[in-house]
Amino acid sequence: MGVWLKRHSWIVPYALLAPGMIWLTVFYVYPGIQMFIASFWSGTLETGFTFSLDNYTNYTAALEQFAPYYGRSIVYAAAATLLTFLIAYPLAYTIATKGGAQKNLLLFLVVAPFFTSFLLRTIAWKIILSEHGPVLGPLIALGLVPPDFRLLATPIAVISGITYNFLPFMTLPIYVAIEKVDGRLVEAAKDLYAGPWRPGGGIVGGIVGGILGGVLGVIFGWSWPVLALASAAAGAIVGWFLVSESFVRITFPLSLPGVLAGSLLTFIPAIGDYVNAEYLGNPDARMIGNVIQNKFLTQNDYPTAAALSFMLMAGVLVVVAVYARVLGTEDVTTGRL
Amino acid sequence: MTSAGVPTQRRPGLGNVVRRVLDRYLLIVYTVLAVIYLMLPVALIILFSFNNPAGKSNVVWQGFTLKYWLNPLGVDGLPEALWLSLVIALLSTAVATALGTLIALALVRYDFRIRRATNALIFLPMATPEIILGASLLTLFVSIGNEPFFPLNFVTILIAHIMFNISFVVVTVRARLSGFPRHLEEAAMDLYANEVQTFWRVTFPLILPGIIAAALLAFSLSIDDFVVTNFTSGNAQTFPMFIYAKNRVGVPVQVNVIGTIIFLVAVGAVLLTTVRGRRRR
Repeated sequence: MGVWLKRHSWIVPYALLAPGMIWLTVFYVYPGIQMFIASFWSGTLETGFTFSLDNYTNYTAALEQFAPYYGRSIVYAAAATLLTFLIAYPLAYTIATKGGAQKNLLLFLVVAPFFTSFLLRTIAWKIILSEHGPVLGPLIALGLVPPDFRLLATPIAVISGITYNFLPFMTLPIYVAIEKVDGRLVEAAKDLYAGPWRPGGGIVGGIVGGILGGVLGVIFGWSWPVLALASAAAGAIVGWFLVSESFVRITFPLSLPGVLAGSLLTFIPAIGDYVNAEYLGNPDARMIGNVIQNKFLTQNDYPTAAALSFMLMAGVLVVVAVYARVLGTEDVTTGRL
Repeated sequence: MTSAGVPTQRRPGLGNVVRRVLDRYLLIVYTVLAVIYLMLPVALIILFSFNNPAGKSNVVWQGFTLKYWLNPLGVDGLPEALWLSLVIALLSTAVATALGTLIALALVRYDFRIRRATNALIFLPMATPEIILGASLLTLFVSIGNEPFFPLNFVTILIAHIMFNISFVVVTVRARLSGFPRHLEEAAMDLYANEVQTFWRVTFPLILPGIIAAALLAFSLSIDDFVVTNFTSGNAQTFPMFIYAKNRVGVPVQVNVIGTIIFLVAVGAVLLTTVRGRRRR
């Protein structure tokens, strides 16, 4: 055996690969093909399904009926990805550059929510966003919003649930990328008179602050121009004093692969999610995942559901392909851990 | 930094003071707020395991009680669901860890032709929304249409969990293998150990921490998986499926108790491994 293996050593890697690769081919690749075939089915579970290319109408009918659901999925997922970026970047930056002895503890706290059940976390958000919860409770008590004001069963609740649930997927890759930045580059920049980034920092801070304040004002029904102006001023002050040239020229560009990896790792689960929309949203905030789940598991309408899933998968694969072209796949897979 | 005796070169103007205060405190305050934000739902899950709800729904705080902690399994179907989750998590972890470690070894150690295709096939399941993984497996099982794949059951859940776990194991073990000290293996071979002995005496102990990390990750992904399981479980009910089914009528408090216990066990496991890891270094 040993001698035979030595003579045919080329076979070793294939033997190592075979079991896992066969598993993935049979239970990942082939089901994808099967789903494509199923999207050309007609019939029901009781009568059995028949395949015909004429059933491409499954696609047109599905698009006609469910285009708004795709639209919502894209908008919610994009909004949640943007929000996770805004929340995660300063967090990852602080852990990576100022974490010191607390670095491991902070990273642990970032992933700790994953040790509780995804469903329980989402149900907990129901409590947080309810009218007696820690967000609305004080606001209503202080008279800042009308007593019948609700966050639950709105798109806002869905987006905040998605943002929370996938935040660690954004934080970890950004952390890894910032951590890898060579500190000597930043020092060299400072030696070469890189100071505060002005007026750029103030402008960017003002714009980001203004948009966030305005959106917040619109959500809670406050006079949004006032809030936008106030938070633009606050953002401008923070940006003016805090954003340094070495950050803009060195740290941020070098951390972009992490930002892209995090965006992908957040956007992909977000666009297929249906739990947040089901638990936190109302029927007008349903996403494409809700339709797919309902068609597959409740109505047993496999042809339509398969067509809907296939379009979702094709869309995601295009995004992933563009991404892989830009960055390569290793960055994402190592960033995830 | 400036000591009293040394005259400062510039008077600390308002701008400098603002800058220093922001630089020192703003990010720290922000990080504290972010951690509170991250931990708030976890805290609520734990808190509501002590709740004493009036009706079936456990979303409004009514009062403190220990009675659900004293009877954590006292709901119909809960022990069975937990047991099923545990069995599937253990089996899928064992199989996926074995298959994934072999792939990682091949990827790091050997040159072969289908490397790009292999990498793509490892990467794609992680880049596919879970709903697609579940839905495509469901269409496969439905189109086969007979035992053991249809009706959906324990076996179909297990197949699905092994599938999505393989990639995560490969990535984790590969990360550990890529910084591997090859000269230790060469030394073993020089000292007349054959390949098998070298593997079990040198290679395996060195990559064991990576394999354990991969297994822990696979286990935690499997035991908490909802979406893929939703599509592949049929009438078999795992713990997340139990929560999902109960949510329509109100999640029993015991679910929060079990969730809290799982959280504490996971935290304990992580602390234990980090402490042991430190001692080894």
